[in-house]
Amino acid sequence: MIENIIAQFQLNYSAFQLDVDLRLPNSGVTVLFGESGSGKTTLLRCIAGLQHAENGYLEINGKVWQDSAKNLFLPTHKRNLGYVFQEANLFAHLTVLGNLEYGLKRIAQNSKSEHFKQVIELLGIEHLMKRMPERLSGGEKQRVAIARALVLNPEILLMDEPLAALDAKRKQEILPFLTRLHNELKIPVLYVTHSQQEVAQLADYLVLLEKGKVQAAGLLAETLSRLDLPQAQEREAASVWQVTVVEHEADYHLTRVAFAGGELSLPAINAALGTSLRLQIHARDVSITLEKSNATSILNILSAVITAIADDANGQILVQLRLTKNNVMSVMTASPLKDWQSCGETKLLAHITRKSAHLLNLQVGMAVYVQIKGTSILN
Amino acid sequence: MALSPEDLSALWLTLKVASLTTAILLLIGTPLAWWLACTSSKWKGFCSALVALPIVLPPSVLGFYLLILMSPNGIVGKLTQQLGIGTLPFTFAGLVVASVLYSMPFVVQPLQNTFSSIGNAPLEAAATLRASPLNTFFSVVMPLSRSGFLTAAILGFTHTVGEFGVVLMVGGNIPDKTRVVSVQIYNHVEALEYSAAHGLAGGLLVFSFVILLLLYSTQKNNPMAQIK
Repeated sequence: MIENIIAQFQLNYSAFQLDVDLRLPNSGVTVLFGESGSGKTTLLRCIAGLQHAENGYLEINGKVWQDSAKNLFLPTHKRNLGYVFQEANLFAHLTVLGNLEYGLKRIAQNSKSEHFKQVIELLGIEHLMKRMPERLSGGEKQRVAIARALVLNPEILLMDEPLAALDAKRKQEILPFLTRLHNELKIPVLYVTHSQQEVAQLADYLVLLEKGKVQAAGLLAETLSRLDLPQAQEREAASVWQVTVVEHEADYHLTRVAFAGGELSLPAINAALGTSLRLQIHARDVSITLEKSNATSILNILSAVITAIADDANGQILVQLRLTKNNVMSVMTASPLKDWQSCGETKLLAHITRKSAHLLNLQVGMAVYVQIKGTSILN
Repeated sequence: MALSPEDLSALWLTLKVASLTTAILLLIGTPLAWWLACTSSKWKGFCSALVALPIVLPPSVLGFYLLILMSPNGIVGKLTQQLGIGTLPFTFAGLVVASVLYSMPFVVQPLQNTFSSIGNAPLEAAATLRASPLNTFFSVVMPLSRSGFLTAAILGFTHTVGEFGVVLMVGGNIPDKTRVVSVQIYNHVEALEYSAAHGLAGGLLVFSFVILLLLYSTQKNNPMAQIK
């Protein structure tokens, strides 16, 4: 993982201070996550230059966009970025095509390029070109807005809660497009949200913000499994793994998937071998045993070591485990996982009762077995 | 009720003054309105009040002070004399200058309201799409403000056509030079030529109503009017 986005900002308002010093990866989706008022949108606006932090240093792929020490501040229109606003913010006086061409005209390009066609196809908006924005649904507007940013071939895509203004149905309509973007885009994406679901589905790298400060930043799997962060305390605490389809067991209606350090059997998934999937495992679906039981209906039993134990907010116990590498049951094919996905070890969270923890006398460092009762595919 | 040559001349003069005034007001009123809509300067209140003054001020008061300012001993008068233009009172140019000041709020305020209603969002979108602020003004703000410009131009024009007090103070009553329609109507009434007065007054009444009717009916159908 190459971290060549450097973002340092200090902003002082009477009611709010932003103070961040971040190094972010230059590929994949980095989610800026936090409550409203945590400063995530402000940070994004500072990166875009829409807001001017009096003290700041911003470097994207070696290009300096802001350096307050040298009195350098590149205005937004000179930054090679794409920005998607919460409200689609299309120009009401232009057609969809006019909106898409607005930025292109200003970098001396047109809508004839192959890249333009790819973006239109990727977002499925070919049929909307002649429409005026007022005649688009909320979801369509947002897709056009994303395309309008992408056709410029920016160095970085900034997205400010692009789904927040949409109802649940529209969200589900757009999420597949975002997942496609996630898989096909080569440029880094900074994505602001306060939705856990979007984090689990889209993030590769997670930055947690609170009251204008960075609480934690790291790979999604690592950050989600940290017990000291509020995410783990939620009822919905979960681990997210990137897995690859390695085998279909048609007789049993099962699909085997591989992750960094082992394999799992899942209910049949309609996906080609080698497909990369994102798997969510809720902590409440994971149980712990001291011995490996063969007499169980649970298929997915993996060996692991307890790395941390903490109380949760409801008087129960949250256990963080690291999977040990002896879980491979078939020969792993050459890993198609991208570098940021395979590096690091696989961690898992388990939610158990205080009584179980006491009876099993669970301690940090103990070798145990985890049974995974259920998983869900995120994309 | 046929119009006399004097009436026609007054009409033509009125048309010239109002057109020129409207053009000048759109040119200087647009940046002024944009500044008022965007600024958070401490001078904003002061400038807004100054621009709005002609709405509440009796035209004769405005005309009186303009006359004094532009007179040979006034500040503006001395300046114009030094520039070799001579003095402005009782000239066509003086009439236009007075009209510009008098009609200023009727152009600046609709523009300022439209600009404010556009809000920051489209401007920010344009900036992220590589448009410089000036470019954004022409490619986004102007097209989105079409109805505001139409309102401003119509109000500026009609208000100038309708002025009387300022004209009489600054321009006087000189045929072909400063005698506009409203003054000509006054002359007719003074001379008890009621039917001649009807010709002009009725014409002006119809003209004003038709213009306003066009303004309100097109605005209703204009989708741009709904942009908030």
